[in-house]
Amino acid sequence: MVELFVDRYVYLFVLVLLSIGLYGMFAMRNLAKKLVGMTIFTTAIYLFFIEGSVKDGATAPIISPAVGVDAAGYVDPLPHLLILTAIVVGVGIVGVGLALLVRIYQAHGTLEENEVVARLSGSPRAGRRGHPLDEPAQATSAGEADGEAGA
Amino acid sequence: MTGAYPSEVVRTVGGLLSPFIAMFGLYIIAHGHYGPGGGFAGGVILAVGVILPRLTLESRIAFGSVPRELGPLAAGAGMLAFALTGLVAVLAGGAFLDYAAVEVGEIAASRLRYLGILVVEIAVGLAVFGAMVLVYDELAGSPVDG
Amino acid sequence: MSALPVLLPVIPLIAGVLAVLVGLYRPAAAQAVATLGMAGALGVALTALAQVIDGAPLRHEVGGWPPPIGIEYVLDPLSGFLATIIAGIGLLAVLYPAKAGLGFVPKAGLPAYGLMCLLLTGLLGVVVSGDLFHLFVFLEIYAISTYALVALGGDRAIFASFRYLLLGTAGSGLYLLGVGFIYFTTGSLNMADVAGLLPAVADSPTIAAAAALITVGLGVKMALFPLHVWLPDAHTNAPPAIAALLAAVQVKAGAYAIIRINYGVFGPGLVADELPIAELLTWFGAAGILVGSVMAILQTDFKRLLAYSTVAQLGYIGVGIGLANPIALIGALLHILNHAVMKSGLFFIAGGIYSQTKIKEIPRMSGLGRKMPLLMSGFAIAAVSMVGLPPTAGFISKFYLVLGAIEGGRWPIAVIIVGSSLLTAVYFVRLIERIFTGKVTDPKLEDAHEPGPRILGPVMLLAVGLLVIFLANVWIVDAILAPVADALLAGR
Repeated sequence: MVELFVDRYVYLFVLVLLSIGLYGMFAMRNLAKKLVGMTIFTTAIYLFFIEGSVKDGATAPIISPAVGVDAAGYVDPLPHLLILTAIVVGVGIVGVGLALLVRIYQAHGTLEENEVVARLSGSPRAGRRGHPLDEPAQATSAGEADGEAGA
Repeated sequence: MTGAYPSEVVRTVGGLLSPFIAMFGLYIIAHGHYGPGGGFAGGVILAVGVILPRLTLESRIAFGSVPRELGPLAAGAGMLAFALTGLVAVLAGGAFLDYAAVEVGEIAASRLRYLGILVVEIAVGLAVFGAMVLVYDELAGSPVDG
Repeated sequence: MSALPVLLPVIPLIAGVLAVLVGLYRPAAAQAVATLGMAGALGVALTALAQVIDGAPLRHEVGGWPPPIGIEYVLDPLSGFLATIIAGIGLLAVLYPAKAGLGFVPKAGLPAYGLMCLLLTGLLGVVVSGDLFHLFVFLEIYAISTYALVALGGDRAIFASFRYLLLGTAGSGLYLLGVGFIYFTTGSLNMADVAGLLPAVADSPTIAAAAALITVGLGVKMALFPLHVWLPDAHTNAPPAIAALLAAVQVKAGAYAIIRINYGVFGPGLVADELPIAELLTWFGAAGILVGSVMAILQTDFKRLLAYSTVAQLGYIGVGIGLANPIALIGALLHILNHAVMKSGLFFIAGGIYSQTKIKEIPRMSGLGRKMPLLMSGFAIAAVSMVGLPPTAGFISKFYLVLGAIEGGRWPIAVIIVGSSLLTAVYFVRLIERIFTGKVTDPKLEDAHEPGPRILGPVMLLAVGLLVIFLANVWIVDAILAPVADALLAGR
């Protein structure tokens, strides 16, 4: 049992990070913290892949004259490639998430989830930028600005 | 947040370092097939070399050398170059991204693949550079000169 | 080695990039570029489907590297079937006029049509990919495009998109973990290769965990109950053309991936007999049917009703997948087709109504049938199909699903399917009655008239399509779907 932990302690870290990430995503009230939780979650997955590619006594997968062409001397490069792609995907997601947060902040002045929800379900604030599709759910009188998209 | 940073030290260091950072980014793109690096990492570092002036120097200098339109244009050009490189191989009868399918004179197949990988890495670097600069420009809003 | 499987995602990709670049200088031309691209993709999809219907699957090795070393694209009848649906609905969504479909005409620097092409690239790539990780890449491509596209609908949409982003990324992460488990146990990522290597390691808990993680991760993408919570807000607040794409084809890509990986890679023996995964799919699908139908009855916003209805329909598809016999799978696949046609038509109608009258709520829509007879007749056909009555397409898919449930001895499921059709009838018949026989009460309806041909055209096409599918259903099942179901679920 103890050897299990000593040998595979990295997987324990992966589990801890996954839990922290999930906790951050769903239990935190601030939207930016949720995004950070998501980043931690994805980082845990990268760690899992990298750990799975490690072999005892092997070196980085760049052909060096000392090791020669024996495949057992190099760590498995495929998970590294998978993670490179996944990291770039993660960057894209974080970019979109941050852009959404900027818009939410500009529209509501806050990033606390309950406040944003309260503002969205309340009556429209004066001065909020009009969007053609942003009509309130209740049938109020016409007069919303049919302006261009707030984009 | 953008525009000339109030501190003289920051402005000087930012202005001095940015070209070298960008150069390092190009180095990483070019050395993708020998060592760690390649298009993604090199493109990001290249973008840092362009974003640092936007963070520290006044907007006339920062946006003068790399205007706003360069972000989407570079990203689009990089992606198009990648897709077209792959398609050229398909039109020549081979598989997508099979660089050796295009017969060019007496160049050996392995050499063709080497050149093809280099072209694709540069395209990816350009696309990632454009994307990072675009993301920064969109998120940072309008510059405030101080 | 055919070039068609790789052209399928690459053509919309190039069209999307060109649409973005063109849109920087001449925004009006971006929609034209996107339309051309999608027309090309539809052509490729139809050609490919025609070739694979009685032939061998089309394969393409990227880079010339043979599998399992290289990435392989595989286009078999299931992929061709879904690719045609995706490309067809995609073309209609891109043709839909921007003012009604997006709520605004995109200005320079807002690449809405480029993003739509990117969304369709991702979807087409998912159905064509023969490699587990490559599927993940395309999954993320379309997911990121969706987060951005949903956010075009206004302030509520931005918040809905953010919540969708969080949940969607969690789902993708779980899928990636599952793929990692498979790779570290079998050493390969190619789907056909893993299917061959799996029986040797099938007893290990790693594979069971991998199957569970992949199903849960893709379940988020497919909005299977209880992972559907992102769907109502996202589809309600997204612009109508985007919501049409989301409801009609995007969630179906998740369903396709579940079918392909669970039955094509893991095999029905592992997923249905040894592990309770198929069982859970059936029960969660049934729960989704009930929850979606009941919630839809309670809604007053038209698009929100459609969104909850989508949850219910995806429950049907989940049930069809989980029952693990060929007839139920045929029902699920037919329902993918039918729901795509019905739901996109309904969202296009919602966009048409909003563009003319600025009305979103059902109580204000009474008497609309008199003002927009053609559009509302299309609505009537789509509504009848959603309930599942002949002579519309919806009847056939529900028929197969009930038949599959009975075949598997699952009488409660059959009862739930039939009962929920009654629930669906409640909200749709109420809507039809209000629209056609109600009196015009809202002042905004006074000078409303039929929307133009660019809105009416796709709607009528889809409505007629429902009738055509009903008439052609025997051919569709025999030529395309039955071989697929038999190949995946051999001898059950």
